[in-house]
Amino acid sequence: MSMFKNVTIGQYIPGNSVIHRLDPRTKILATTLLIVVLFMVKSAIGYALVALGIAGVIWASEIPWRYVIRGLRPLLVILILTVSLHLFMTEGRVILQIWFLKVTWEGLVRGLMMGSRLILLIVGTSLLTLTTSPIQLTDGIESLLTPGKKIGIPAHELAMMMTIALRFIPTLLEETEKIMKAQMARGADFQSGGIMQRAKSLVPLLVPLFVNAFRRADDLAIAMEARGYRGGEGRTKFRELKLQPMDGVAITIVVSFAVVVGVFF
Amino acid sequence: MAKPLIRFTDVSFQYGRIHPGETSAALHNINLEVYEHEFVAVLGHNGSGKSTLAKHVNALLIPTSGQVMVSDLDTSDQDKVWEIRQQVGMVFQNPDNQLVATTVEEDVAFGPENLGIPSLEIQKRVTEALQAVDMLDYRLHSPHQLSGGQKQRVAIAGMISMRPKCIVLDEPTAMLDPEGRREVMSTIHRLNKEEGITVLHITHHMDEVIAADRVIVMDQGRIALQGTPREVFSNVDLLRELHLDVPQVTDLAQRLRLKGYPIQEGTLTVSEMVMQLCPSD
Repeated sequence: MSMFKNVTIGQYIPGNSVIHRLDPRTKILATTLLIVVLFMVKSAIGYALVALGIAGVIWASEIPWRYVIRGLRPLLVILILTVSLHLFMTEGRVILQIWFLKVTWEGLVRGLMMGSRLILLIVGTSLLTLTTSPIQLTDGIESLLTPGKKIGIPAHELAMMMTIALRFIPTLLEETEKIMKAQMARGADFQSGGIMQRAKSLVPLLVPLFVNAFRRADDLAIAMEARGYRGGEGRTKFRELKLQPMDGVAITIVVSFAVVVGVFF
Repeated sequence: MAKPLIRFTDVSFQYGRIHPGETSAALHNINLEVYEHEFVAVLGHNGSGKSTLAKHVNALLIPTSGQVMVSDLDTSDQDKVWEIRQQVGMVFQNPDNQLVATTVEEDVAFGPENLGIPSLEIQKRVTEALQAVDMLDYRLHSPHQLSGGQKQRVAIAGMISMRPKCIVLDEPTAMLDPEGRREVMSTIHRLNKEEGITVLHITHHMDEVIAADRVIVMDQGRIALQGTPREVFSNVDLLRELHLDVPQVTDLAQRLRLKGYPIQEGTLTVSEMVMQLCPSD
């Protein structure tokens, strides 16, 4: 009975669709463009067009719809809050009155707009992580940030940190579970009591976890040095990112779509 | 005899500051030569300085006095450190804390990437290294899906992909179950026999020492005893004094000899024992 067994890092769904095979840099750029466009669009037709575009990408990625929808669940509260705030707090023509709550026409329009903006934003960005493995994502970010080295952006270091974090999250989860069980065997109670009580009961869990994490860090640093690691200078890559003709096509489509929708709608 | 790959000359080492939990084991006047293709086992109880010795071979530690040479490179020469680390791979005790990447193949590629080897060549080396430790089927697995023995084999592959002349293993089996130990030991022996890689194996498991070419016993930062496994295990009393066990069969041999049976000193394996007990066969 392992409580962390089903934790997956990111939400990558392996596949071999056109979207999966695109260069991670292409996908990161396309996602960035999507965010920009979503903040430029002002009309309902604009939102509909973006929604259509994203639907097209989902179809091409062969990712089951339920996975895409599932990404919305954790943000449901924020979504409802945003829509209702706009719905009730906007001044304008009252179209419905429930006790002291007034729903205005302007509020309805703005609420729906903000709602669809949020939904499209979440769906669009989760498409990136659904179709790109963490490794590819890291490689892509490193490669995109490399030109920024001149102005002091530590591209390689950031990528290395991401890799190590991804590598050690499962290990630390496993360890958390082990320590919890050890403490529970000695009568620790993590479940009952108020918030303060529960927070206090976490201390005997967090202290050994942190101590061990630091020891791991020390060991790992020595192991990395022993394997000749000396920063990003002069380092080559096991898998080099190469832009394919497909990436050119994808970028062209995305850019022209973004320009048309962003400027005219 | 061939020229030594690793040569310690009057090496002494003193820890500047002692980390909590780290033993203060220093080294005192170590003289040691390891030859190419040799399998050398280093024995010693906790705090005898065996890990300190190991860290000197690939310049993770630099001697306070004396000199460590690795194929004609001085480890105290700052400019040669990376060349030395390419020639001497090192595998550590904790299998979890030495794998860097999120997949097996990416991890094996880590060393060659650091050396700046072209990408196509890295891919070739990764496949070869994983084949050598019999882990090719797991190339896309992530490290936390593997058993301890498998992780150590991946760590070994991570060394081999750098094409070292020598691998130093610092208690690689200490945290493994018997099955994992067997896997790792047979991998190390195979690499030594088939690929001719020099092995410096640090351990406190006596039975891992029997098949070595040479055994070095460390105590309090000094070499207490040195020789073939048979020579070393003939000194049962001295080993006991150094808080070391002897292999079960050797122990039995000594007890039998004390009772007056004509059993050779330093009997190491069950079949040797059988031969002596029933010489007619």
